[in-house]
Amino acid sequence: MESTEPEPSGSRPEEEEEEEEEEEEEEEDDGALPPPEQPLAAMEDCLAKKMEITVSEAEKRTGRNAMNIQETYTAYLIETRAVESQSEGQCAPVESLWRRYSEFELLRNYLSVTYPHIVVPPLPEKRLSADNMDPDFVERRRIGLENFLLRVASHPVLCQDKIFYAFLMQEGGWKEMVNETGFQLKADSRLKALNATFRVKNPDKRFTELKHYSDELQSVISHLLRVRARVADRLYGVYKVHGNYGRVFSEWSAIEKEMGDGLQSAGHHMDVYAASIDDILEEEEHYADQLKEYLFYAEALRAVCRKHELMQYDLEMAAQDLTSKKQQCEELATGTVRTFSLKGMTSKLFGQETPEQREAKIKVLEEQIQEGEEQLKSKNLEGRDFVKSAWADIERFKEQKNHDLKEALISYAVMQISMCKKGIQVWTNAKECFSKM
Amino acid sequence: DASLTEVNSFSPSVPISPSSMINQYKFEDGPELRDLFITVDDPESHITAIETFITYRVVTKTTRGEFDSSEYEVRRRYQDFLWLKSKLEEAHPTLIIPPLPEKFIMKGMVERFSDEFIETRRKALHKFLNRIADHPTLTFNEDFKIFLTAQAWELSSHKKQGPGLLSRMGQTVRAVASSVRGAVKNRPEMFTEMNNYMETFSQKINLLDKIAHRIYKEERDYFNEMKEYGPIHTLWSASEEDIADSLKGLASCIERCCRATERRMAGLSEHLLPILHEYVLYSEILTGVLKRRDQIQGELDSKVDALANKKTEKDLFSEEIGKLEDKVERANNALKADWDRWKQNMQWDMRSTFTNVAENNLRYYEECLATWESFLASQTVDLRVDEDSEDRP
Repeated sequence: MESTEPEPSGSRPEEEEEEEEEEEEEEEDDGALPPPEQPLAAMEDCLAKKMEITVSEAEKRTGRNAMNIQETYTAYLIETRAVESQSEGQCAPVESLWRRYSEFELLRNYLSVTYPHIVVPPLPEKRLSADNMDPDFVERRRIGLENFLLRVASHPVLCQDKIFYAFLMQEGGWKEMVNETGFQLKADSRLKALNATFRVKNPDKRFTELKHYSDELQSVISHLLRVRARVADRLYGVYKVHGNYGRVFSEWSAIEKEMGDGLQSAGHHMDVYAASIDDILEEEEHYADQLKEYLFYAEALRAVCRKHELMQYDLEMAAQDLTSKKQQCEELATGTVRTFSLKGMTSKLFGQETPEQREAKIKVLEEQIQEGEEQLKSKNLEGRDFVKSAWADIERFKEQKNHDLKEALISYAVMQISMCKKGIQVWTNAKECFSKM
Repeated sequence: DASLTEVNSFSPSVPISPSSMINQYKFEDGPELRDLFITVDDPESHITAIETFITYRVVTKTTRGEFDSSEYEVRRRYQDFLWLKSKLEEAHPTLIIPPLPEKFIMKGMVERFSDEFIETRRKALHKFLNRIADHPTLTFNEDFKIFLTAQAWELSSHKKQGPGLLSRMGQTVRAVASSVRGAVKNRPEMFTEMNNYMETFSQKINLLDKIAHRIYKEERDYFNEMKEYGPIHTLWSASEEDIADSLKGLASCIERCCRATERRMAGLSEHLLPILHEYVLYSEILTGVLKRRDQIQGELDSKVDALANKKTEKDLFSEEIGKLEDKVERANNALKADWDRWKQNMQWDMRSTFTNVAENNLRYYEECLATWESFLASQTVDLRVDEDSEDRP
């Protein structure tokens, strides 16, 4: 059986560095449950350090789906290679297999259900617009999928998952393997109702704040991405219109004797200027994708909060149920009716129960109460464990997010600097040409 | 030297800042040799029962002997400028009379009497008069002198003299219709070349005018989007702790680039757009001048053709033809000289205007570069500080 207990974590907020070369370790034996205080995989032991993972190609395929209808889809080639230590200097063979987007989705669903306290890395968007075959979209999705695998492989908890490992290494029978874990049964359908609220009496303030933060993050990033796209469109317009100068200058230069050369060469520089925007904007798309990843991460964060909310709700319901059973028991034992109940009234009307009947009832209730108390105890324990491990992962996530976003902002500045330098070069050249007119 | 001190003490009401030097005509003979200085300023609104109109103050300072005084101040309205232009065209049909701003430009969506429109017009009128003053022939035109010096009532009465504008126009139209065809076949090579040149030039300058307006529009749209872009980062910083400063820093960078964009746009609208527009008008003027030359030649040609058919009255005809031949020669020479002058000025104007455009863009990119580089420097300092604090146990 798969070990699916969430492992309690000590927080080790180290940032992911360049992949170092290390020896490949043996997989852990998946028999017994790991002891509660087993430490997380250290950063150096993460799968990402032991293995190079790339999503290197995308290919159009046609096949028959579950309903035997022919469909076209894109398959992605996952290549893995064990990283040998430097002293050995050997290159391990590259292993590869093909996966399609729906399999990635299945993997992620499995991870979300199996590790509810973990902020599970998001997948790239499900559907951009009508065309999933558009090469730009496919290329960006390929990069996004690779990024997803690297994120999972460098997560201290997730990287040790067997299903994840099999996803990378075992082409055939993987789907069956996932389904055999029975994770779908564990999935709480209530979580699907995204906006349903559960009236939790004692919400954990930290989780409430975190949920609020994730909502804000989602809202602000999506607004930012929308405006960024509009700014990019406008910038494209400014650059491209300058291209018209090139053509007209060239035509005009034909009738000028002294001005001709200056006009012609200036026109050339205007063409260069107009063409330069394409590369600039393509780079910016990568920046947008970095932000988008955190837009989707916000959803994952929110999911953890929701799961906690649900746990808390179930706990409170269980406690409530226990209390009412205890009350019932007491009433039966002492004969006092504290609250109105139909049963009480009917027994008054139709006669009291026999002492034997009452005894039997009390016995049943006592059993239920015992069961309930045990369940409540374990639920409480479960809840505390969840909070502890969730909060550890959230701290890890926060540091990752701050680091990544700061880097993204820096890379944005670098892009702007590069754009300005190109502009200065072009207009310096153009100025020289104009001054020679 | 009295004349020199007067020149030096002249301070135009329109301040000539270095940036607006671009908009100045080129001093052909150098500022020390000019003896006529004109400014157009101080637009004023006049409301009568019938109409509302704007007058502009025209101040002239001169050392020329033919002027009774050395300084004049008059008020003129747009109609008066139109009158002057038509008188100049009448007197010098084959000279290139500078362009006047149009009656009312719809495409800019500018209000008829908005400050922007009035200022644009004022600058163009100022340029118009100074170009005339600059012209070796036109500067001595009598109507020009009257325009600069006469009081309002004097100008009105002067305008009423002489053949009316309408009758002159009618004559021109008829003459053009009848003689242009004939003129083309006898046209000297030089003027055919000019015609061909003008055809292409006119096309290209109109295209450039459109392109420049389009660029302005795109830059303005970009500016409007950027204005919204910066503040989002500030909003975001409110829910963050660690990266709040970086986000705020980015927001302020975007804001500064926004202001730089605004300045770039202003540069376009102050320098490039007016010049291109003037040369669009010039291309129309030049096409008209070439037609008028053809028409003058046409008069000669039709008389020559008529002579060939007549047997009697040859002497009378020869005298007339002689006069017409002189007229054609004068017209051709005037046009040739003015054409060369115009081309030189055009070259100078284009060179300085487009160089200015390039400088404008350079300034924009240099400003943005400095902004982003300082942001980057601040971020990498922070990163190093963070790393240091992590190393500490």
